[in-house]
Amino acid sequence: MNRERHAVTVDLGMWAFLATEMLFFGSLILAYTLYRASYAAAFRAGAREMEFGLGTINTAVLLVSSVCMALADRAVRAGRTRLGFGLLIATGLLGLGFLGIKAFEYHSKAVDHLIPGRHFRAGTSPQLQMFFFLYFAMTGLHALHMILGLGAVAWLIVRLRRGTITPTNAEPLAAVGLYWHFVDCVWVLLYPLFYLPGR
Amino acid sequence: MKPEPESDFRAKDLIGIGLGLLMLLALSALTVLIPPAPWKTAVGLAIAGVKIALIGVFFMRLNRSKGLVRVFAAAGLFWLAIMATLVSADYLTR
Repeated sequence: MNRERHAVTVDLGMWAFLATEMLFFGSLILAYTLYRASYAAAFRAGAREMEFGLGTINTAVLLVSSVCMALADRAVRAGRTRLGFGLLIATGLLGLGFLGIKAFEYHSKAVDHLIPGRHFRAGTSPQLQMFFFLYFAMTGLHALHMILGLGAVAWLIVRLRRGTITPTNAEPLAAVGLYWHFVDCVWVLLYPLFYLPGR
Repeated sequence: MKPEPESDFRAKDLIGIGLGLLMLLALSALTVLIPPAPWKTAVGLAIAGVKIALIGVFFMRLNRSKGLVRVFAAAGLFWLAIMATLVSADYLTR
């Protein structure tokens, strides 16, 4: 198989996988939309409990990580392997930073008794619990995707170090890049759904 | 492996897109200064849509992809649209 054909095959395979991911996250966003249409006031109250500043910073962190990933791909293809290596490390560190901020947010929700279940804040409506159930389900699954993405970025760093990813064999970088950018897109959609309502 | 000349590496366009994305995020965040209104969610989602389009076209390289790859990318959105239509039809007519 020639190089160009191989690159197209990798792209097609990744986009087929991402189409299933679109349906996966799309169904959750659809569930959010229907519940929000039914319980608008509770969802606005839930969104006001969010750390708006941290959510905004986290969105910026992910967007910058996507820039680093796109630049890493281009750098490696141009033969600037060392620069690509540094950009991949920056991508990974930004991803870790995102998860760190997310963990802090989860912790503050636990302290405020906003984790759905028996210890949920007393005197609040079940609809508010539904908002937080969707919040933890959707951002939790997103965080799980981030963790898998970080593993893939680490794999790329090792392969780049070993010299098995080269300017003429950079398809693994393209494949992981597609996944990373997709996960970024999911967060871009979650941000206005969870942090902006009611403000 | 023979490295290619440095001139092949261009970063300005991607950095420019990145700055555009951050400006769109700032615009989205600034809407909190306006009193709450139902249309604000639509504006927030529209800004998110523009950001996703920029990421898809430039970072995921759909602008330079083969036609078949673009069809695969569009297929995901198409199936999603079918699911959203069927679920909405049920919800709105129940």
